[in-house]
Amino acid sequence: MLKIDKVSYKGILKGVGFDVFDNELVVITGPNGSGKSTLAKCIMGINKISSGKILFGKKDISKESITERAKLGVSFAFQQPVKIKGVTVRDLLISAGTNKPEKYLKMVGLVPEEYLERELSNTLSGGELKRIEIASILARDAKLMIFDEPEAGIDLWSFNDLVDVFKKIKKDHTIIIISHQERIIKLADRVLVLENGQVSRECTADEFLEEVK
Amino acid sequence: MEFCEFSEVEKQMLKEVAGLYAVPEGAYNFRVNGKSVSRKSSSNIDVNIVDGGLVINVKPGTKNESVHIPVVLSKTGLKETVKNTFNIGENTDVVIIAGCGIYNCGENNSEHNGVHILNVGKNAKVKYVEKHYGTGGGGGARILNPTTNAYIEEGAEVEMDLEQIKGVDSTIRKTTANVGKNAKLIIRERLMTHGRQTAESIIETTLAGENSAADIVSRAVAQDLSRQKFNSHIVGEGKCRGHSECDAIIMDKAQVLAEPALDAKSIDAELVHEAAIGKIAGEQIIKLETLGLTKAEAESLIINGFLK
Repeated sequence: MLKIDKVSYKGILKGVGFDVFDNELVVITGPNGSGKSTLAKCIMGINKISSGKILFGKKDISKESITERAKLGVSFAFQQPVKIKGVTVRDLLISAGTNKPEKYLKMVGLVPEEYLERELSNTLSGGELKRIEIASILARDAKLMIFDEPEAGIDLWSFNDLVDVFKKIKKDHTIIIISHQERIIKLADRVLVLENGQVSRECTADEFLEEVK
Repeated sequence: MEFCEFSEVEKQMLKEVAGLYAVPEGAYNFRVNGKSVSRKSSSNIDVNIVDGGLVINVKPGTKNESVHIPVVLSKTGLKETVKNTFNIGENTDVVIIAGCGIYNCGENNSEHNGVHILNVGKNAKVKYVEKHYGTGGGGGARILNPTTNAYIEEGAEVEMDLEQIKGVDSTIRKTTANVGKNAKLIIRERLMTHGRQTAESIIETTLAGENSAADIVSRAVAQDLSRQKFNSHIVGEGKCRGHSECDAIIMDKAQVLAEPALDAKSIDAELVHEAAIGKIAGEQIIKLETLGLTKAEAESLIINGFLK
């Protein structure tokens, strides 16, 4: 599905390489500043890589625009959701490609009637915006879903919902999650540890959790 | 005059400014190129012409009725000023659909200056919708200068929905309101300018009565080389609540000036203003691009939503 081949970016990523296979859930973890979010943004095309290749399917998407990568099937949930005054939750989810926005709000534990017509602005709390951000990626139903610290900024109740969502969708989606959370790491088919801009370790969730105990 | 007798251009204008595809239910007056061409009163809403302008009287107690008074200018070089007066009886609940469309395909300026006086009786509820639109490929300017003066009596509520999205080259819109005891004014204004258009919105609100209130929100988008000015002035004379908000997206080489002012004449006056002007943030465009939208589609979604 995805091949990251010797990718470097502004001294933050230093020749990163790994594969993600169809219907696999890969968790990328590692210390702060190791380049996890930077890598995710490189895959989505938000950051333009300095060298190396990103292959999606068999296509080299290294030079494709964000829009083009999205159309090919890459999706990305931001760690910090973006506020967009004027754009409602309904607008966002419909732009993501669904004609059933209610379904995806319910999946993240939000009542559609209360949220669909609200703007992505200060009228929503950080936790609400985060859940809506995740809903927008679920609504895209893309071949590859990347979530950057989906647990950040949401309460425990919502986090439980989120873990259930990932359990549900992992069966038939290819997913990369950047996370430090044990319960999310436990969902992983494979864990990649990023340190100092490189993959330092690749292991199963059990192996990783055993090592960090 | 039957609706089918309007020219295609005039029908287009009527659709844009008043959402009309046919003669509306209830009372109405259609003004085209400086003349009233079709007029009707209802049993509760009386539409008269006095000195060239309309005098519209709404009987006390009238509920769930509307009056449409669209204006269309389709002749180039026409300049007109018209004064309309609305006397809204007590305990009514009515909708006024005003609006003006200018089609100018010539080289001379076309200009409409509309003055509306709203005398709103006790406990009445009025929704006032005013939409302005211009089109036509001529070199002559399309100019609209509306003035609306509202006198809102005790317990009444006036909601103004003011929109100018497209095709008006120059506008100075002036809205004043005197809000009585327990009365309320709500204004939602949306303005978009492009090219070298200019728009100025002046809103002067006097919260005169005890427990009077005003909530004024203006949203604007200025593109290209256009210029906009927003001036909201709220005076609180006693115990009252006033809120004024100007939110603008600035693009290209446009200019937006916001000058909100508050004048509290009593320690019980609670007045707030907010003004924010900024470009569309790069991260907002990127977020929408990650959903598969192009940059142009993302900008359009944001602007259209912002002005909705």
